Amino acid sequence: MIFVRLFLIFCKIGIFTFGGGYSMVALIQNEMVEKYHWLTAEEFTDLLAISQMTPGPVGINTATYTGYTVMLNNGYSPLMGVAGSLVASFAVILLPFLAMLLMCRYLAKHRDNPVVETIFRVLRLVVVGLIAAAALSLASPLNFGFWEQSQKQVIVSAVIFVGVFVASYKFRKSPIMLLLLSGAVGFVAYYVL
Amino acid sequence: MEQVRYINLFTSFFKIGTFTIGGGYAMIPLMEEIIVDKRHWLEKEEFVDVMSISQAMPGVFAVNMATNIGYKLKGVRGAVVAVAGNILAPVLIILLLAVFFRTFRENQVAEAVFKGLRPAVVALIAAPVFNMAKTARISWKNVWIPVLSALLIWLLGVSPVVVILAAGVSGFVYGKLAVGKEGGGQ
Repeated sequence: MIFVRLFLIFCKIGIFTFGGGYSMVALIQNEMVEKYHWLTAEEFTDLLAISQMTPGPVGINTATYTGYTVMLNNGYSPLMGVAGSLVASFAVILLPFLAMLLMCRYLAKHRDNPVVETIFRVLRLVVVGLIAAAALSLASPLNFGFWEQSQKQVIVSAVIFVGVFVASYKFRKSPIMLLLLSGAVGFVAYYVL
Repeated sequence: MEQVRYINLFTSFFKIGTFTIGGGYAMIPLMEEIIVDKRHWLEKEEFVDVMSISQAMPGVFAVNMATNIGYKLKGVRGAVVAVAGNILAPVLIILLLAVFFRTFRENQVAEAVFKGLRPAVVALIAAPVFNMAKTARISWKNVWIPVLSALLIWLLGVSPVVVILAAGVSGFVYGKLAVGKEGGGQ
């Protein structure tokens, strides 16, 4: 039953997300693209682009969108797709929500515990690696173009990648603005020219 | 402090969810404005505490904030109301777009635009890696931990879940040893 699988996978993704939405994105990519092959790398970056440009937390948006697309890719109707996206969004919130309540209720006093501190310090280090791995797997010809097929696409992609990386990392430009610009570059480079 | 009503809690988080684009951290200024400055539901210091706990816990940061604040104000029901308000609009908007874009994906203009977007999205995942490297306090002594994690996941196909569990266990062991040394280990 696909709903049960979707529910369980997104429960797992939720509870193993540490350090914000991008680690959730990395986990979704790993489960859906690498492990289950329910989405292609292109489909994933496309839905991620939309999730970043619309209101709300990127992690939730990506989960909602992934739930829908996975159902349709498995041959279900759009209505079932909507159900799948609701299952994914609910599941991804459920366990962190319960953990948070427990934390508020009983565990607040352990916050300054040095062992708990150390656990979170190591987790933060690992999460950086986790997100790097997602970026590395997505930096593939599926997203940048195949050199044999279109050298133009590879070059344009490389320019966009470097430009967006520098603008985001060095100059802290808003992702929405950068995505709108990149979309415009794509439109001009691949449609107008 | 203003009297907290469920409807206000819901509309406040609805606003926060609807008017912030770009994820959890983008929500903080608006959240602070509404919760602390406008409604006076929390003191500034309480708000900062809520932030640090929400960052440490698993899950999406913004949703953790909503859970935590809702619970502080109105218990478990308050938490449910705040989270529901926070994600309602984003989920509906994404659903509409998902249905809409499915039919337009084959369109030549859409294809051109997405070809431009894909490398940008990858760059936007790569950039936080370097930003987070600062907050995670990466130094020459511990840089092998994120590098090894990335290589295990990317090259060897190890599940991130396994890597996170291993990190949790080693953090626990290392922490226990450090405490055992009576604060000598840091």
